[in-house]
Amino acid sequence: MSALLAAAPLTGGGEMSTGESVVFWILGPVALAGGLGMIFSRNAVHSALWLVLTMLSLGVLYMVQQAPFLGFTQIIVYTGAIMMLFVFVLMMVGRDASDSVVEVLRGQRLAAAVLGVGLGGLAVAAVAETLTTVGPVGLGPGYGPEARGNVQALGTSIFRDYLLPFELTSALLITAAVGAMVYTFAGRARRATPSQKERVVERLRGPLSGYGSRSGPGVFATADSVATPALLPDGSVAPASLSSIIEATRRERLDTDIADVRSDTGPASGVDARALTGHADGDGDRVGSTHDRLGEDESEGAR
Amino acid sequence: MAAAPLPEVLPAEGAAGVAWLLVALPALGALVLFVGGRRTDRWGHLLGVATVVASFVVAAVLFAGSLAQPVEERVRELPLYDWFAVGALNVEFGLRIDPLSITFALLITGVGSLIHIYSVGYMSHDPERRKFFAQLNLFVAAMLVLVLGNGFVTLYLGWEGVGLASYLLIGFYTGRRTAGSAAKKAFLMNRVGDVGLALAIFILFLDLGTTQYAEVFARAGELSPGSLTAITLLLLLGACGKSGQFPLQAWLPDAMEGPTPVSALIHAATMVTAGVYLIARANPLYDLAPVGQLVVTIVGAITLVLGAIIGCAYDDIKKVLAYSTVSQIGYMMLAVGLGPVGYAAALAHLLAHGFFKAGLFLGAGSVMHGMADETDMRRFGGLWRHMPVTFWTFTFGYLALIGFPFLSGYFTKDLIIEASLTAGPVAGWIFGVAALLAAGLTAFYMTRLMLMTFFGPERWRDLHPRRIDPSDLEDPPEHYHPHESASSMTVPMMLLAVGSIGAGAFLVLGERLADYLEPSIGAFVEPAELPAVFPTGLVPVFASILMVAGAGAAYLAVGRRPVPVERPQRVSLPVRAARADLFANAINEGLIARPGIWLSRALVYLDNRGVDGAVNGTAALLGGSSGRLRRTQTGFVRSYALTILGGSVVLVAALLTVGAFS
Amino acid sequence: MSPTIYLLLSALLFAIGAVGVLVRRNAIVVFMCIELMLNAVNLTLVTFSRINGSLGGQIMAFFVMVVAAAEVVVGLSIIMAIFRTRRTTSVDDANLLKY
Repeated sequence: MSALLAAAPLTGGGEMSTGESVVFWILGPVALAGGLGMIFSRNAVHSALWLVLTMLSLGVLYMVQQAPFLGFTQIIVYTGAIMMLFVFVLMMVGRDASDSVVEVLRGQRLAAAVLGVGLGGLAVAAVAETLTTVGPVGLGPGYGPEARGNVQALGTSIFRDYLLPFELTSALLITAAVGAMVYTFAGRARRATPSQKERVVERLRGPLSGYGSRSGPGVFATADSVATPALLPDGSVAPASLSSIIEATRRERLDTDIADVRSDTGPASGVDARALTGHADGDGDRVGSTHDRLGEDESEGAR
Repeated sequence: MAAAPLPEVLPAEGAAGVAWLLVALPALGALVLFVGGRRTDRWGHLLGVATVVASFVVAAVLFAGSLAQPVEERVRELPLYDWFAVGALNVEFGLRIDPLSITFALLITGVGSLIHIYSVGYMSHDPERRKFFAQLNLFVAAMLVLVLGNGFVTLYLGWEGVGLASYLLIGFYTGRRTAGSAAKKAFLMNRVGDVGLALAIFILFLDLGTTQYAEVFARAGELSPGSLTAITLLLLLGACGKSGQFPLQAWLPDAMEGPTPVSALIHAATMVTAGVYLIARANPLYDLAPVGQLVVTIVGAITLVLGAIIGCAYDDIKKVLAYSTVSQIGYMMLAVGLGPVGYAAALAHLLAHGFFKAGLFLGAGSVMHGMADETDMRRFGGLWRHMPVTFWTFTFGYLALIGFPFLSGYFTKDLIIEASLTAGPVAGWIFGVAALLAAGLTAFYMTRLMLMTFFGPERWRDLHPRRIDPSDLEDPPEHYHPHESASSMTVPMMLLAVGSIGAGAFLVLGERLADYLEPSIGAFVEPAELPAVFPTGLVPVFASILMVAGAGAAYLAVGRRPVPVERPQRVSLPVRAARADLFANAINEGLIARPGIWLSRALVYLDNRGVDGAVNGTAALLGGSSGRLRRTQTGFVRSYALTILGGSVVLVAALLTVGAFS
Repeated sequence: MSPTIYLLLSALLFAIGAVGVLVRRNAIVVFMCIELMLNAVNLTLVTFSRINGSLGGQIMAFFVMVVAAAEVVVGLSIIMAIFRTRRTTSVDDANLLKY
């Protein structure tokens, strides 16, 4: 590091010394290679590492360009902190999140290449003229006015001339930190997961409990349960309603039900034949259904 | 022909100041009856009668006041309020009280009162009697606005008002499909005329900047001959529509679907004469437009012959009378087209006709009333014994209509025939012969009507009444029981019969009417003073001969021979043509309706393909291009970034280029 | 040799970064390309500072770094938020805002 610093011109002029030229011609291509490597490597982690290379090179180039403070800041803040943040996020997202080779946008790559080369060419063309015509001034031997050293000069300038922007910067950083936290915690306030029992109750007693299959019109049934076979108008069991898997309700109970329904007084309480009579009897005015019976059984069991 | 100097228009004063009551009373009656609804069912007809009778009293007071004034001060205006002022158009709502409007107001309210009274009895069994009286009152109010208005726009208001009332009353029997279609037909054909009237008013405003009578007539000389001809022809179109004149006559016979009092009041005595009123009122314009006058006379002549011919073929008593009305109004149109020599004659005939035709219609209504609403004369016969009052009043109306010597029609019609002989060397012959011929035809069809209805064997004895309207719930009675009508119906008929007898002589002899109307329609010119193609003194002789010939022919045709109850179908071609209204409906259908439909279809096609095509094409172009342009918003950030970079490159290149050249 | 040669390097780095933004689909990599472009600008500023003999350029570069740090924090947390809900970091997948 000190060798690099020694390569920097200590005597203030703008012209590049030989040492600086050497540094530039080594690190300049390295920086370019890092940039190209970043955009061409399919693995995002590799991209990040290529970018680290570029940033390190740039940091060194800052140092030889009479800006040692920025050079160190570049290395510490950018390479050390920001790029590590990138890599950290990459690890969280998933290291294997690499781009597919196929480009979905037609002509995007070609256009990007043409425009990139065009932009670079134009910028180079614009700057090329200055290579010879501009005579650089240089910051002086101390890399700043009054020759007190670069850091002192920057500090003086920031805290004296640029105090308000500097303070605003702190507000910006605070805002960014709060914003990042808001984003991180956004959507985290999840509800407590309902238990299975709560879900069943919701299904059977909730606003959607009315939906679901019921007996079709004309089916002589005492309940909606698949366990209760449908009865034909003459009281016999409809064979098509018997499930081969589920054990059907006992025949005796069906007979009781039928007798109950056929009796002149109508079904007695406790028998679930309300689907036939159309009005509720006994307890409550709920339309008879398997769901309701389930609820009754539950309460009986509790008793 | 130079127009006679117009009398000065003076503000109304004294009794004329309450002239607005004339309109307001029936209008108030109509409003109360319409708004009051069923609550007024019990006394509504009485209110209707009372308001019209009160109006008649006001009109009589006005008339008396008018007579009391010197002749040159009889034209007065009663400004009520500024109706509207839009830009240069300033329309004042006011009443023009002059002999012409007072005459009409007397006719309307007088005959109107009688018919209102008659209607009380005639409509006594109708559950909608209150509505009937409301509409009848509305009609009277609108008609009075029409004749009393002091400008063409006010006239137009009344014109449309009577059109509306006529539409409502023709379609009064809402259950009958034929009544509905007749009402629509009347309304639509009137629209044709109304458009003409509206256009005439527009031209007047365009050329003169005003539509008030006083200014228009005073400045009529400023109008170019072309404008005058256009205005007079368009006014004539309006008059043809309202008065059932050729070629817009087809709606009037169909209008007989309405209750008989309506036929008597609106479609015989008053509304259909509005066309005559319009032309008489606009006489300062017509006097300056010889072409307009000639066309008026031609239309009148065609109509009077046409109506008389068709009237001979119908068996429906009301339709015969309707075509008779068409024919008689043709006489009036012919007369008003002749200029100063005919105005007074036309108005005299109009008044006399108002009496005897209203009487005839009321008589027909009375016959229908006693014959279970039957209108087919073939099912009548020998009724004079059963309804003597109706018979005698009807007879006087009949005699007046055919021009029996010294009754109303004799004087007024002869005056018109005499005037028509002075129309010019060729026109005089044509009009004179047409008018005389139609007089004979009138005698024929009216005698036929009389013979078939009141004389001959009682054919109805062996017949059963028919259900007139298929939608009637009540069964018709088993047999016809012809009987005399109640006194509320017979008294108006008798009064009208008195008018039929005496009105003509009263109005024409001594030139009473002509002198009275002089401030409005100019000085009367005796036909005898003008060169005629034929000695006018012989007209009464010829007219009487033709009348006797027509009546005799009718006696030979239906009096001597039995009248078949069923209508003979094997008849000669002229009869067939007359039964088909001389193919008026077919001609309307072929010449106007079908081309109209084709034109509409072509326009619809043009509209769909051309106009809509252009509009929709523009919209589709914009929509389509937007839809495609929209596709550039792919949602892919990288596309947007590419655009940004492209823009930056262009910017940098532009900056460099500018820098290189500066 | 004039230090304006640094400007050429900076221009090329900027172009590379721009192309990277256009061709890469991983939002994090796109973000890194933006960082590269920012760095290229910083290099320009530092070079300007030297050529003009004024510290203003360095101070500007300093502020750019601060702003970049803040931007990275917010940007990465946005990417994380998107990733949490959509399980993807591809910029092509976040394309609902369209016609």
